[in-house]
Amino acid sequence: MLGLNSRDFKLFIVVCLMALAAPILLNPFPTASALGESFNAGYPALMQRFVIFGILVIGFNILFGLTGYLSFGHAAFLGVGSYAAVWMFKLLSYNVVPAIILSVIVAGLFAVVIGYVSLRRSGIYFSILTLAFAQMSYQLAYSVFTPLTNGETGLQVYNDDPQILMGANSPTSPHFFGLEMNSQYTLDISGWSFVFQNGYYLSAIFLILGFYLSIRIFRSPTGLMLRAIKSNQTRMSYTGINTKPYMLAAFVISGMYAGLAGGLLAAMDPLTGAERMFWTASGEIVVMAILGGVGTLIGPVLGAGIIKYLENIVSKINDSILHQWFAFMPDWLEGVLVTIIHPFIGKGWHLTLGLLFMAVVIFLPGGLVQGGQKIGGLFRRKKTDDAADGAKTPAE
Amino acid sequence: MDAFILQILNGLDKGSAYALIALGLTLIFGTLGVVNFAHGALFMIGAFCAVTLQKIFGISFQTIDDTQTDFLGNPLKVDTPYIEAWFGPEMGMAIQDWSVPLAILLVIPVMFFLGWVMERGLIKHFYSRPHADQILVTFGLAIVVGELIKAFYGANPIQTPAPDMFLGTVDVGAWLGMDSGAVAYPKWRMVYFAFSLVTIGAVFAFLQFTTFGMVVRAGMADRETVGLLGIDIDKRFTFMFGLAAAVAGMAGVMYTPILSPHYNIGMDFLVLSFVVVVVGGMGSLPGAVLAGFMLGILQSFASMNEVKAVIPGIDQIIIYLVAIIILLTRPRGLMGRKGVMEE
Amino acid sequence: MGILEVKGINKRFGGLQALGDVNLSVQENTVHAIIGPNGAGKSTLLNVLVGKLIPDSGSVMFDGQSVLGRKPHEINQMGISRVFQTPEIFADLSVFENVLIPCFAKRDGSFKMQAIGAVTGHSDIHTTAEAILDDVNMLDKRHMTAASLSRGDKRRLEMAMCLVQEPKLLLLDEPTAGMARADTNNTIDLLKEIKEKRDITMCIIEHDMHVVFSLSERITVLAQGMPLVEDTPDNIKGHPKVREAYLGEAQV
Repeated sequence: MLGLNSRDFKLFIVVCLMALAAPILLNPFPTASALGESFNAGYPALMQRFVIFGILVIGFNILFGLTGYLSFGHAAFLGVGSYAAVWMFKLLSYNVVPAIILSVIVAGLFAVVIGYVSLRRSGIYFSILTLAFAQMSYQLAYSVFTPLTNGETGLQVYNDDPQILMGANSPTSPHFFGLEMNSQYTLDISGWSFVFQNGYYLSAIFLILGFYLSIRIFRSPTGLMLRAIKSNQTRMSYTGINTKPYMLAAFVISGMYAGLAGGLLAAMDPLTGAERMFWTASGEIVVMAILGGVGTLIGPVLGAGIIKYLENIVSKINDSILHQWFAFMPDWLEGVLVTIIHPFIGKGWHLTLGLLFMAVVIFLPGGLVQGGQKIGGLFRRKKTDDAADGAKTPAE
Repeated sequence: MDAFILQILNGLDKGSAYALIALGLTLIFGTLGVVNFAHGALFMIGAFCAVTLQKIFGISFQTIDDTQTDFLGNPLKVDTPYIEAWFGPEMGMAIQDWSVPLAILLVIPVMFFLGWVMERGLIKHFYSRPHADQILVTFGLAIVVGELIKAFYGANPIQTPAPDMFLGTVDVGAWLGMDSGAVAYPKWRMVYFAFSLVTIGAVFAFLQFTTFGMVVRAGMADRETVGLLGIDIDKRFTFMFGLAAAVAGMAGVMYTPILSPHYNIGMDFLVLSFVVVVVGGMGSLPGAVLAGFMLGILQSFASMNEVKAVIPGIDQIIIYLVAIIILLTRPRGLMGRKGVMEE
Repeated sequence: MGILEVKGINKRFGGLQALGDVNLSVQENTVHAIIGPNGAGKSTLLNVLVGKLIPDSGSVMFDGQSVLGRKPHEINQMGISRVFQTPEIFADLSVFENVLIPCFAKRDGSFKMQAIGAVTGHSDIHTTAEAILDDVNMLDKRHMTAASLSRGDKRRLEMAMCLVQEPKLLLLDEPTAGMARADTNNTIDLLKEIKEKRDITMCIIEHDMHVVFSLSERITVLAQGMPLVEDTPDNIKGHPKVREAYLGEAQV
């Protein structure tokens, strides 16, 4: 179906359903309940982040997952995409279509330049070069390019901006031919309220398209070539294949995904700043990909979702919530636990993220998908062991 | 002419820091084959050792002086640091004043220990893993260290002044026979430069003239052969990790009067130091030192107003530009050996 | 005029003359062996032929075109394939995927962007790949990961990957190095079989005299970077100069 084999098609359908039904699926608890306030994730601002970062990491995975080239500067493309989109808002109108198109194109061009230089080298050199480029972009956004980026204030739309395509009745926030991104429909069913927002659905459609495209790339001859580059570059060149253009293609495609994500971020909230390009942002992309499972199809989406969800929960927890949780304990134990956990919650989210990152790299280098497969494999082996008891496989 | 000399001098202290960090990175890379993204974090821990010592020296107790009153008319509360109570006011003040240089004594054992723990506890398990995994795990560690520092010391830079006698400037111009005051250079930066030269010299001498150093150098050249000789190279490499950590830590301590430490300083310096290593040539110790000073001085020239007027913002990106040009024209860096980190 | 004409190749590494005025002519559809004691410059010569090293002087003509200055992948596209001492295969990919890649390289050249259609859609490539796996008796192992193959099978797979490109010249760098006698004999049989089935020129660098004399039709002896003799195997066996330079240290 749709040019996918049956397994990929099933996976694709699952992702489609999850993305489209997220406003319902992510609200398992009644909205007003304590659990709902802490753990529900089905509100637009958070769901937007799930899918937008999902798109970003799907793109990153096309580079890192297939070719093994670790880019440490991917946030630069995200930032450039956002700037491009906001400029479209400033110059033309709040319509998201030209904004998103330009953000993808600009990020793509940017990736051509950075990729051309960085791909002259492989391995660790490549990682350092991409990191250096991203830091350079970040510095430039704060200094020389202030006219383009508005420096530390960040780029946003002002009343005196040209907006030449703005009609008298045009919406004054990002919209898709009149359909405003931040308008939403709320469905109340007993204790639950489900919010369906235009902006979320626009992002979700892009996620679905991006995911579909990534499956096609993974299964294509080019995808095979990229995996072969990861496996053995020597054999590649002695098989008559020029690895450079394949690598550049992967890098640029990956950069365009990041540009799209940047454009969508701006479409959800029409302002942006240089901090989107900072190295921690690039690091976060890598964490998401590793956590989910590099080189797998679904891994990046999972990783992005889990990290953004955890970020949301962990940042919301504060000491008083902790005290509530541990209220059943003796006071001294409660105090000790709260003191221990305190640095990891609220503003300490990045500390938790760093530790999580290390734990995944150390104990689960294949990410959650591989972890799941291992557990699944254990069960399966048990079954086949029972079955194969009688019929021993012949020795080689 | 004087402006020229001043820029060279200004570049020296930053260049010294780059050179010291890059030296440690190269040592670790050359001996253990590990790309350590947490090396900037070690530099930062060093810097915060100085902060910590300064705070410890400042711990005080409160007494009430009935003879004086504060502006509300209450008896005045006086804070006396313990250190002044124990050693007498004068000696105590001197110790507080000298907290940054004294932190060197603290930082060497602390960093050696941390380096040893890091290598045995974490890095050891990554020798046989791909370079990408090494980068990722040390990168994660760098995040953790940075955030821990933020949790304990806050996000704002912390002032850690140099001893009083090193405040002010040296009239370098007069030494060179120019008008007095033409080239004024802060004393502490002079100290930093001298300190880094001594440290770099000591590391090189150690590698050059001790048996231990010879084995390590042989190990850097060809790890397997040395292994065949029956030398327990791993133990020596662990020591090297501790040494590299100590060098980074000392560089951090001494840098605090020049740049007030904050929790991002590690990554800021790491990124630049990696660029330095790449420019110098992966695995080349002299290359790391040379490139460190070179880039420090270049950066200083680029931040001259005359230069910035021609190419705005050049000071921000000069290092990256040089790195890109070098990598495109001399892929192995200035002094890189063949076959290092090349698949 | 041979298919491969090497004329006056010189290569120095610092003070070491690795190759000194090497001439070599390999005739079409023959098996040509290059032998010589350690350090004779065999590997250097091979690396020049595949574009990994650029000689200081001399010329290498293949099929009427110069090889020098071209990149390895371009030289491969001209029709030269190479088998390595330790098989270079795509260890993480399946056996079948390993063979698919040279099939694509053969059909589509060194680069063609095909990022949308599935690999399974290219039925012509599948047919070719299956045929070559059948040829080397590995069709039943097509789904195995290449890394999990036995050493002998890795060698067969690499051979299949080279052969499926239908190269005009196959370079073999010590194809039996480190193999047990039985494996060596298998490899000899495999190579003989290949030779019988297709029109192919082979150039073998080999230490094992048993392999050299069972396969080759002409032999070039290198010593200290210089070509010593070039002749038929029978003449080489009794050649006094060769004995002196080389066979003294090996058992024939």
